[in-house]
Amino acid sequence: MEGDDAVSRKQKKNLVRIIIASVLMVAFIFVPVSGIWRLLLFLVPYLVVGYDILIKAFKGIIHLQPFDECFLMSVATIGAIVVGMMGDGDYVEAVAVMLFYQVGEWFQSYAVGKSRKSISSLMDIRPDHANVEKDGEIEETDPDEVAVGTVIVVRPGERIPIDGVITEGSSSLNTSALTGESLPKDVMVGDEVISGCVNMTGVLRIRTTKEFGESTVSRILDLVENASSRKSRSENFISRFARYYTPAVVFSALALALLPPFITMLCGGAARWGLWIYRALTFLVISCPCALVISIPLSFFAGIGGAGREGVLVKGSNCLEALAGTDTVVFDKTGTLTKGVFEVVAIHPDSVDSNTLLHLAAHVERYSSHPIAASLRAAYSFELDDCEINDVREISGQGVTASVNGETVAVGNSRLMESVGAVIQKCPHDHVGTVIHVAKNGVYLGHIEISDVVKPTSSQAIAELRRAGVTRTVMLTGDSAAAAEKVSKELGIDEVHSGLLPEDKVSRVEDLIGAKKGKGLTAFVGDGINDAPVLTVADVGIAMGALGSDAAIEAADVVLMDDDPLKISKAMRIARKCMAIVRENIWFSLGVKAACLVLGALGLANMWTAVIADVGVMIAAVLNAIRALFVKKL
Amino acid sequence: MKKTYKIDVDCANCANKMENAAKNTEGVKDASVNFMMLKMNVEFEEGADPKEVMKKVLKNCKRVESDCEIFL
Repeated sequence: MEGDDAVSRKQKKNLVRIIIASVLMVAFIFVPVSGIWRLLLFLVPYLVVGYDILIKAFKGIIHLQPFDECFLMSVATIGAIVVGMMGDGDYVEAVAVMLFYQVGEWFQSYAVGKSRKSISSLMDIRPDHANVEKDGEIEETDPDEVAVGTVIVVRPGERIPIDGVITEGSSSLNTSALTGESLPKDVMVGDEVISGCVNMTGVLRIRTTKEFGESTVSRILDLVENASSRKSRSENFISRFARYYTPAVVFSALALALLPPFITMLCGGAARWGLWIYRALTFLVISCPCALVISIPLSFFAGIGGAGREGVLVKGSNCLEALAGTDTVVFDKTGTLTKGVFEVVAIHPDSVDSNTLLHLAAHVERYSSHPIAASLRAAYSFELDDCEINDVREISGQGVTASVNGETVAVGNSRLMESVGAVIQKCPHDHVGTVIHVAKNGVYLGHIEISDVVKPTSSQAIAELRRAGVTRTVMLTGDSAAAAEKVSKELGIDEVHSGLLPEDKVSRVEDLIGAKKGKGLTAFVGDGINDAPVLTVADVGIAMGALGSDAAIEAADVVLMDDDPLKISKAMRIARKCMAIVRENIWFSLGVKAACLVLGALGLANMWTAVIADVGVMIAAVLNAIRALFVKKL
Repeated sequence: MKKTYKIDVDCANCANKMENAAKNTEGVKDASVNFMMLKMNVEFEEGADPKEVMKKVLKNCKRVESDCEIFL
């Protein structure tokens, strides 16, 4: 703690007031005066520590908003003073109650300020300047003023302020502030980089492709800062609760003060007004709802902050709540569970060895921009050798033919094979991916299977989701049934719907939600490409690796900053932990309050125990709320 | 039009009260108070002058929570 920063001026002033009042109170206990002098003596510490409460309560009454904590405390303490005046002249209690209340308030504002600070520093990825090069001199500029297309310089240790493309230099980037991923990412000339990453090793020159306001960093900050404006049901419950609670307590206290004496009087006994009024005042002290009112939003705030640190952006407390209640997860296949890029998965040569087959295929596809061509080139890393490739012809819907070292090679589907006169040999293997046939001079050489591969963590992710309490997993895909079946078997997914058009996915998810029994919610996970409508329809829309897509960010409730499916279960566990804490706090504070109220009404708790219980519950609830911030090990 | 203002308020319940007060101010379409970030987002009615409206918002907020502050 750096003293000055951790404690605001207001807090310092209040601390001084608390100390002065407690010293005076203790000192005055030993002063041997009685009657009116004793009252005046104790009024000094009482007013020192409580004047603002009294003023606020008074203002509340003038503005016709009387029922708040200040009102409760003022009535209780003034009541205690009056009881003291009528009875034994004990004013210590009134002062002490006010004192403890202020100690509680002080602690609360300290704890909130502290967690506010620690959470916002967590998310403090806002770059304060951009280095713009002008006539060979580097000038520090406000990132807001950097135009698109400007070249900025990022030195090692600095944060990339604006999204862009590297024009000079290479380095490794620390993306942990964005993705929670601690492995550095190597980048070089031509790579796109997103703002918020920290440049670790080399100087980079970056041509910006976005304005600062549109850059990743600004967008994340915007999401996080506005997250807690979307309130959860628990929070709404609390604010509704607080609205009815205080008046209810005030009237119960009134009843407690008036009814029992009246009834005993009617029955012929002594009224004992003092006793019942005292109990009613105790009742008022206990009833302060601060523990609840402060700890619930604090838990959500901490949960959202903790999730953000792990690369999971939650758009609001309501989203966190919904995520915690999810028991069905629907996945989009391509790009979510699979990498979304084609890879060579099998080579079945007929009359040559597999290397030659791949070699020829890669050559023919040298100039093609088709994703299949890219995957073939990626699989054969020595593609740029000195073989001579001429006469490349792309035959739309069939494939490519070219002359390689003077021999005509055809690479494509069965129709192309037919047209070059090659006879396809039956293959003993099952193929679910795309099959590319290769023929040389009209003679069939073999085929290569290309397919989208599942992400290495997908299967673990599904298992983790189960462990996190998801009972049903569904995969939606536009792919063929065979390809979908294979992936779902490999990953252990319960249900598959294949051959879907994007609009079918929307209706499928609607059906799933409609057919659902029980309270569990349905989440949809997509990569943000083409599935924004589905994200909107689902109870919880999760977009992964979607920082580039505005539509997805707009539509999703939860945005995963990288495309690792394991983050889904992590997000869910964070949400569950946060909701568990919220529930604990609600039940714990309400339970203790209820118990104290009963004890107070029965006369088993005096005002001292009441105020200590009040402050104690609040401290415990606030500390518990802070726990929601720690999600690293989940 | 939407604008964000920095605020200062002591407790979460008071923040709720401010939010309601702001919502019920003439010229305000919607308002939300983020206690944790100490920020107030106000969406103004079409054609309303934010400066004038915010004066009223501040007044209404002061009425329900005397020691709150909105930094205009």
